[in-house]
Amino acid sequence: MAPLLEVRELQTHFQTRAGVVRAVDGVSWDVAEGETVALVGESGCGKSVSALSIMRLVAPPAGRIVGGQIFFKGRDLLTLGEEEMRRIRGREIGMIFQEPMTSLNPVLTIGRQLTEGLEIHLGMTTTQARDRAVEMLGMVGIPDPARRLSQYPHQFSGGMRQRMMIAMSLACNPPLVLADEPTTALDVTIQAQILELMKGLSRRLGAAMLIITHNLGVVARYADRVNVMYAGRIIERGTAREVYGNPSHPYTLGLLRSVPRLDEPRRARLAPIEGQPPDLTRLPAGCAFAPRCAFRVERCAVEVPPLAPIGATGHVSACWEAERLVKEHEPAR
Amino acid sequence: MSPPADAPRVGVASDAVATGDVLLEVKDLVTHFTVGGGLFGGRAGIVRAVDGVSFTIRRGETLGLVGESGCGKTTTGRSILQLERPTSGRVIFEGRDLTTLDQTALRSVRRRMQVIFQDPYASLNPRMTVGQILAEPLAVHGLIAGATARRARVRDLLTRVGLLPQHADRYPHQMSGGQRQRVGIARALAVEPSLIVCDEPVSALDVSIQAQIINLLEDLQAELGLTYLFIAHDLAVVRHISDRVAVMYLGKIVEIADRREVYENPLHPYTSALLAAVPIPDPVLEERRERTVLSGEVPSPLNPPPGCVFHPRCPIAIDRCRGEIPPLREITPGHWAACLLA
Repeated sequence: MAPLLEVRELQTHFQTRAGVVRAVDGVSWDVAEGETVALVGESGCGKSVSALSIMRLVAPPAGRIVGGQIFFKGRDLLTLGEEEMRRIRGREIGMIFQEPMTSLNPVLTIGRQLTEGLEIHLGMTTTQARDRAVEMLGMVGIPDPARRLSQYPHQFSGGMRQRMMIAMSLACNPPLVLADEPTTALDVTIQAQILELMKGLSRRLGAAMLIITHNLGVVARYADRVNVMYAGRIIERGTAREVYGNPSHPYTLGLLRSVPRLDEPRRARLAPIEGQPPDLTRLPAGCAFAPRCAFRVERCAVEVPPLAPIGATGHVSACWEAERLVKEHEPAR
Repeated sequence: MSPPADAPRVGVASDAVATGDVLLEVKDLVTHFTVGGGLFGGRAGIVRAVDGVSFTIRRGETLGLVGESGCGKTTTGRSILQLERPTSGRVIFEGRDLTTLDQTALRSVRRRMQVIFQDPYASLNPRMTVGQILAEPLAVHGLIAGATARRARVRDLLTRVGLLPQHADRYPHQMSGGQRQRVGIARALAVEPSLIVCDEPVSALDVSIQAQIINLLEDLQAELGLTYLFIAHDLAVVRHISDRVAVMYLGKIVEIADRREVYENPLHPYTSALLAAVPIPDPVLEERRERTVLSGEVPSPLNPPPGCVFHPRCPIAIDRCRGEIPPLREITPGHWAACLLA
């Protein structure tokens, strides 16, 4: 069966004064129906631009999708007209953003923001849409939902606004939800509430999820499969178990080792990844991670390593020295 | 609620008095803000940002201060530095009560007490070169006379924080986030402080850079004998860097003890809930882990609940918790918790 969403060789570039930034530089990945997939990486790795590209929300003229295809239910979204695309956003693909305060309209009531999509996309009457809005707010755990409909976003706390965003993103029952750092702005106890809620609802409604995050813990708990990005490319992909249990790219390994963990004894010293994140306008000719890499060989400076299979089915890594790395670093278990 | 004058010093490690002198003592610190009642005629209210906080830090020690946004941890740091003047309470630093000092007297104390902020980009002047940023405090405090000597000291500071002498000619925007935070650290070090308040110093940085900065802070502490108040919301980072840890909730310290005690034997239900909420980067462990999600949200510090401020969200609250404010008690030697059931 074809995947629900299939991104092929996507390239999204930005024209800046410092030169062309290849924010997304030829990446391919997919999401199957009902599956939760993560795009993980640090700031500037291209994970958010990937999501914006899918929604066709990359702002011209500076940003442009310059290559590739994005198949959703078999149709290439990059060939659709703006009118057709509008029918996809919200109806077919829901969105949850990091900062709910800036992505909600401050002068519209919570109720209006929830019912607008229902009326436009699903052709509901005012009453039907209102009933559905009350149902959705109740489902995301907002107490007294009927009264809340007439309130404005500023009257909600950060956690409640994010619940409201989740209600909005799921209101039209879309088969796919894109969640860009959905809990990064929230406190850890609220983060746990929201993630459990998202996981429970997407299961119940059968929606597939794309979670975009820099938080390795969030991914471990909620993703079926993981794509690790660095400097506009995917450098490792596999099931969450494979990627965490058997990291096969020096960057993934470095990330996992650099964070202090509560489940392990305290280490005397952290093991950081040395060096600085790459300047996207001046990427090296070969592997972008090579200047910071402990496994670097001569070839890395000149030739970009392709994603190649490692061990288990579907586990791929873009590293010339992946085999040596795997051999030297036996899985922790 | 203030303890009687002869009560044991709150939040002192069991062996603190024996092994090192106390550099900073915070006693019954209260910082309230008045809000509303302004132009739009809203009703005035009092935000109880810090509501009776006491602890000590001994020389060379790192005290971690954790809690969620709005718990008062940043205001506690700012009140210690006298960037906010406390409503009441005492801040005794190197033997002097800072709350009694005027601005002139504070100026000389500030040299001994520095701060590193979360966002190095917002806290560095964009129109000054790194060299100028680092030389300014040397001149202001009259530490080093002469431009040549100051330049030498700037070079020394840059090297000390892992940067290169030629970074002195750069502007903050020409540097990465990690490099800028190194500049922020160098600026704090320039005046040779004994205490540095680190307010979320790594939370704005990429994961791969955080560990570099934490290692640097630890190296500097070992080399220079620095004392840190490390304010952060990341429990794993706080465990790594701290000797002792204080947990704040709604303006109050709910638990304070040695690092190991707080993480391995938490006595306050809020501490336990925080620890349970942190996702662990291991899918196998996560699958097995029990999910106890704390319900509800942090109440407004404008109108904190009566009794124990945590009781509306507490999984083990009993009737008494609704009416009785639990004092911070020493449950086992050096391990303090503000819970009636601890």
